[in-house]
Amino acid sequence: MVTIEDIIKEENKVFSKTKLLTDKTFSYCPGCGHGVAHRIIMEVVEEMGIVEQTIGVAPVGCSVLAYDFMDVDMQQAAHGRAPAVATGISRVFPDKYVFTYQGDGDLAAIGTAETIHACSRAENIVIFFINNGIYGMTGGQMAPTTLIGMKTSTSPHGRDLYNMGFPIKITEMVAQLDGVQYVTRQAVHTPAAVRKTKKAVKKAFENVKNRKGVSFIEIVSNCNSGWKMTPVKSNEWMEENMFPVYPLGDIKG
Amino acid sequence: MGELRLMKGNEAIAEAAIRCGCDAYFGYPITPQSEILEYLTLENPEPKTGMVVLQAESEIAAINMVYGSSACGKKAMTSSSSPGISLKQEGISYIAGAELPALIVNVVRGGPGLGTIQPSQSDYFQSVKGGGHGDYKLIVLAPNSVQEQYDFVALGFELAFKYRNPVLMLSDGAIGQMMEKVELTDYIPRLTNEEVIKRTGSWATHGKPEYRKHNIVTSLNLQPEPQEQHNHHLQAKYKEIEENELRYEKFQCEDAEYVFVAYGTSSRLCQKAIQLGREKGLKLGIIRPITLFPYPSKPIKKAAKKVKAFLSVEMSAGQMVEDVRLAVNGKRPVEHYGRYGGMIPMPDEILEAMEELIAKVEKKAQKKAEKKAKKKAEKKAKKEQK
Repeated sequence: MVTIEDIIKEENKVFSKTKLLTDKTFSYCPGCGHGVAHRIIMEVVEEMGIVEQTIGVAPVGCSVLAYDFMDVDMQQAAHGRAPAVATGISRVFPDKYVFTYQGDGDLAAIGTAETIHACSRAENIVIFFINNGIYGMTGGQMAPTTLIGMKTSTSPHGRDLYNMGFPIKITEMVAQLDGVQYVTRQAVHTPAAVRKTKKAVKKAFENVKNRKGVSFIEIVSNCNSGWKMTPVKSNEWMEENMFPVYPLGDIKG
Repeated sequence: MGELRLMKGNEAIAEAAIRCGCDAYFGYPITPQSEILEYLTLENPEPKTGMVVLQAESEIAAINMVYGSSACGKKAMTSSSSPGISLKQEGISYIAGAELPALIVNVVRGGPGLGTIQPSQSDYFQSVKGGGHGDYKLIVLAPNSVQEQYDFVALGFELAFKYRNPVLMLSDGAIGQMMEKVELTDYIPRLTNEEVIKRTGSWATHGKPEYRKHNIVTSLNLQPEPQEQHNHHLQAKYKEIEENELRYEKFQCEDAEYVFVAYGTSSRLCQKAIQLGREKGLKLGIIRPITLFPYPSKPIKKAAKKVKAFLSVEMSAGQMVEDVRLAVNGKRPVEHYGRYGGMIPMPDEILEAMEELIAKVEKKAQKKAEKKAKKKAEKKAKKEQK
């Protein structure tokens, strides 16, 4: 009989974790897209051999502890201010690969000004924007990207257009700015989506190398806890409801 | 002697930044300190010294850019005036919490709200009692001349890196706008990246080399126990700063019976008031705090042994006077005189306020003496009756 021990062998290995993810247990809920997004970014940093040149900025939100999982030098920014902090880093270390990793509340609500102006100044950085349409860490409140009709703890009857306005498509807004080189919207819920996202991440870091200004990657993701769904159901819901409003694909560059 | 130049206070700050090897300045226009950003953009130091100068989209962005640069171990600074400094408070709290060295300049104007564009000293509480959230202290330097505005840039960076703590230069619209002679120092080259890594490699983000763990700059702890520990560490550091970095000046205090306590522009005005008072035979002096944190509580307490009363003069409704009272601890009368909302008191008004205080104190002393004499006489009469 074949035992597990027979299977767990070096020659049977099809996947291993990048050494740039620490061994710390993720603080993310099982089924959440953050872990995959973290892995993809760190894989690219490892594959490009740029760990000594990479400095990341963690936001306020679920990924506030991104610095515990990503094994690169990192700073933690005040809520929404990551693009300003990244500007401060990139300006004094112009040769470094500087990135921010931000959620929708951080980037598209409180940090809108910092996002727009860092993009407008063509800072030589990468902005990763994880959009799950909700404030996850604080317990599932309405975000700027919450869909019309979507129920959250602060839109318990569903997002009401007349009182709460429209969801903001900040990625399309950012694409209008001359300082932005590359804008794309991706996802990480299927192997194919992961492969596409990884390609986009690589392109973004290549742009930094070539000093091309801002690369902006939105990753539409799920929040199974905040959406109160199973992980599988949340991914289906995301495809059916989020993707029509936030369609995947390259927007610029 | 170094090169002499006639300069505005704000220009002196900008020139000092270039000459002392500052790596980055991030600013946003606001009166009465916009000359700092204007001077720096005109001088354009980047091709010469490598110093970055950037106009941010807001005061908030500017202080967060400072956070990013100083967390890389670089000498970074920002400047603003009162309403803008209010906006920076969140960032200042993060910088204090993450223990980053940074220099922040406040060229104070009248408040509250949008207030005025004229000089004031009404941001004392904000500067020394917190301003932002949490238990933290800034090292606060209070210049009273254009020369000191110049000198305190280099001093500010020195202290900021010595203690890994934000330093605030608390100036005001008068010193920022007035012109005085400044003795310039020689150019000090910026540190190279290798020197920066050598100096700050244990904590700053430079990109993780093979030989060390990744450096993380954060002010967050999800658990209260380590956060309390971190606060203990901060408090110990502030105590050390109090023990080592007190700076103050005494002027004509040797024989003074009545003493002003004033910093910044007010201290200059008090000096003139002292001169006018001495011409009238009044024995006046001044204790001028140069650091507002640490505060010269001990020298004031010591002076209270022989001084009859203190007059705290500040262009505010009375903020610093609370610290003078704490230092004196009820031993002597302490009063406040101030003009505010952008008004500057004249030396003769200040002298008048002091004369009123003197009259009050002397009247009280006279009454006390009379009462004592009366009691004595009564006692004597009683004794004689017996």
